[in-house]
Amino acid sequence: MALELHPLEQFKVEPLIPLHIAGLDVSYTNAALFMTVAVVLITMLLVLGTRRGALVPSRWQSVAEMSYEFVADMVETNAGHGAEPYFPFIFTLFMFVLSANLLGLIPYSFTVTSQIIVTFALAAAVFIGVTIIGFIKHGAHFLRLFVPEGVPIVLLLLLVPIEILSYFIRPFTLSIRLFANMLAGHTMLAIFGGFAASVGLLALLPVALDVAIYALEVLVAALQAYVFAILTCLYLRDALHMH
Amino acid sequence: MDLASAKMIGAGLACIALVGAGIGIGNVFSSLISAVARNPAAQAQVQPFAFLGFALAEATGLFGLAIAFLILFVF
Repeated sequence: MALELHPLEQFKVEPLIPLHIAGLDVSYTNAALFMTVAVVLITMLLVLGTRRGALVPSRWQSVAEMSYEFVADMVETNAGHGAEPYFPFIFTLFMFVLSANLLGLIPYSFTVTSQIIVTFALAAAVFIGVTIIGFIKHGAHFLRLFVPEGVPIVLLLLLVPIEILSYFIRPFTLSIRLFANMLAGHTMLAIFGGFAASVGLLALLPVALDVAIYALEVLVAALQAYVFAILTCLYLRDALHMH
Repeated sequence: MDLASAKMIGAGLACIALVGAGIGIGNVFSSLISAVARNPAAQAQVQPFAFLGFALAEATGLFGLAIAFLILFVF
């Protein structure tokens, strides 16, 4: 069976407006375009949705308020006291990842979060920020995070390296989780789409499967944005309260 | 062994990772069902954790699937 499948072509970053400044390629690409679209959509939803501020909210206003309350509740329960100043950051993060994921589900669009450099930049920002917050709050005492309490010294020799490793692996797991989910889901959709194009009358089967996978992908898109935000909250809790 | 067949075998082996994801997701939801069956009032409290667990378990399996795709279509 010779199938001409190119399921990874959809992840190709192509320059739309070529731009070179001081030897750097800063072209406006399709990835940048969809990031812009995501930011514009979020801004429109929140600014236009809450402009009226009616007591009985319109549909737009309810969506804006619901997303706000959802993240506010998540930050309060998971990051604990003292995390309120960081709520805007986590809300921005959640809304950006969510809208980038959902925009990617539109056929022929581009999924920004399927680029590892995008997710890694987000995760690295979280990791560096959280580490700095931890050192500002606790000073050198923050290093106690790596030393579990009430453990015999012999075990500490084993546990401390594991704790340190699990701390420094966080930006990688956080970014690869989101990236792999988006990559695998969209590749799967493209592969079954390719099957449908090549098997003729039997095409109904892969198309039906694609519909099912698409439904799962909508769930995954929302869920991964939630997971990204909630793990950020948990890391923040570590920095603020040390366990 | 030529490169094409080695790629196929490698991609197939990488998909074994999905066994773990399957076990993990099944475990998460079976625990959710038994928890809700014992105490239906706790559903609202435990359901977000179940979905968090589902997403985390699924992601680990997808690492393997992503490797399989990379082997098949990139190299």
